Amino acid sequence: MSSRRWKVGATHIALIAIVLIIAFPVYYALIVSTLSFQQAYVYPPRLVPGTELWHNVVEAWNRVHMGRLFFVTSVISVGAAVVKIILSLMAAFAYTHFRFRGRALLFPMTMITQMLPLPVRILPTYEMMADFGWINTYSALMFPFFASTTGILLFRQFFLTVPRDLPDAARMDGAGPLRYFVDVLIPISRTNIAALFVIEFIFMWSQYLWPLIVTTTEDMRVVQIGIKMLIATDQISPAWNVIMAGTIVAMLPPLVVLVAFRRSFAEGIAMQTQK
Amino acid sequence: MANVAEEQKFPGHPLLPYALILPSVAVIVVFLVYPFLQSVQESFFASTAFGTKTVYVGLRNYTRLFASPDFRSSALATLVFAAFVMLVGLSVSLAVAHLLNQKLRGQGFYQIALIWTYALSPAVAGAIWALMFAPATGIVPFVVAKLSGGYLMNWMTNGSLALLVVSAAATWKMLGYNIVFFLAGLQNIPEEFVDAARVDGAGAWRTFWDITFPMLSPTTTFLLFVNMIYAFFQVFGLIDIMTHGGPGDATNILIYKLYRDAFLYLNTGTASAESCIVFLVISVAAVIQLHYATRKAIYAR
Repeated sequence: MSSRRWKVGATHIALIAIVLIIAFPVYYALIVSTLSFQQAYVYPPRLVPGTELWHNVVEAWNRVHMGRLFFVTSVISVGAAVVKIILSLMAAFAYTHFRFRGRALLFPMTMITQMLPLPVRILPTYEMMADFGWINTYSALMFPFFASTTGILLFRQFFLTVPRDLPDAARMDGAGPLRYFVDVLIPISRTNIAALFVIEFIFMWSQYLWPLIVTTTEDMRVVQIGIKMLIATDQISPAWNVIMAGTIVAMLPPLVVLVAFRRSFAEGIAMQTQK
Repeated sequence: MANVAEEQKFPGHPLLPYALILPSVAVIVVFLVYPFLQSVQESFFASTAFGTKTVYVGLRNYTRLFASPDFRSSALATLVFAAFVMLVGLSVSLAVAHLLNQKLRGQGFYQIALIWTYALSPAVAGAIWALMFAPATGIVPFVVAKLSGGYLMNWMTNGSLALLVVSAAATWKMLGYNIVFFLAGLQNIPEEFVDAARVDGAGAWRTFWDITFPMLSPTTTFLLFVNMIYAFFQVFGLIDIMTHGGPGDATNILIYKLYRDAFLYLNTGTASAESCIVFLVISVAAVIQLHYATRKAIYAR
């Protein structure tokens, strides 16, 4: 009994130590974001907060027009996540509820997305955007990301667990397949929808290389490029306090989304690993 | 996978399934397959000076690449970087997930306190780690100098150290994702198996390697694949912010070299050949992963 207690105590201590070690870089970044420029350069480095946080956040926000960057990045992150969810739901519905010619061929094809990430097609895709006249548009930022293997697999997995009685009952009631899809299947998929939203929102919010290439004007830049711009503005002695204030602000939206939907996210992941 | 669950549930709608799949297929054909085939084609061409004309050169872009020291050092840096991210990242994450996978108070707190790095972008991770290793002000060089009694060293001007630092930064960012998947995988292993091994007198260490680890192999192979993709491609922002591929070419991993060849040096043929080489590497990995993913059905029995 006491040996078990001792073990539990040791586990807690170990886990808390791990939590603190993993969090340390962000703690340090937070500290630096509260310092003045001079304080950020004192030696030895400070580990207690200063009073300049708000000042630094405002400075970072204004320096790279963060308001605009936030707007553009929110549009593409929410937009792409929603489109990916809708397309994946539709495809997964087709694969699990209908037999049709060519299904055996189409299914692997929708899975190929995984093997064709942007870098293996980056130049021609860029040339295509230029041909479409899409440089500096939301379309260029979003369209090449609309296919989602993860989404189709996630929903297919879930749809296969839905008891057969449900579509049968809907049919008896005279509901067509689309009616059943929209009124029954989608509402009971909300946990998976939320999980996929978390995954795709974070994925899009983190995009860096593609926005760097397909946007050239400041009003279409994304938040990640804002961090690059903050660092690039002063080469010799970087204003780490301002850079960190901007970095902390840039990481908040995806963190909030993850924390807000953590239950659904964890459940969605659990379902995906079951198969 | 022609199981019962996939049978026809709404007969009499012959065209509907095609209409439902059409948007996904259209996106894949237009924005994925077609540009990829163009990549393959362009890898057999080279543009003349000033890019006015392209000429067919067969495999010359490839043979040149394999002969070039730049490409070889870039490929080597990529392998070291990816190996670090995959091996160190997955070992640490599995250890943490295993520690967390028991009846504990505060389970919910630990989960969120351990997975949040998933929400960080590679660029954010890069900025924070650049700060930690900044010459003159960074906390890590300071602590290391204090502990070793040595002098303050600039980590980012030494090639091997810089590669180590970017690898560690990239690994740190993936901990959250890896832990959440390992934890889910561990929770899917029926307790009877572990208990049975315990009853048979196997110690914790033996039980882990004989029962838990093999049963976890679908999750492990999936994570190996995801981390490989991440290390090959998604870390671009981290490298761009921390090192720009330097010092020298020490952290010039393939994705960074590809970007520069394609968009700064405008070497279309070379960049396309690099795209195709990278594609071959990840296809092999994808096939291996799929092979394991389908084999796991046997484990489930």
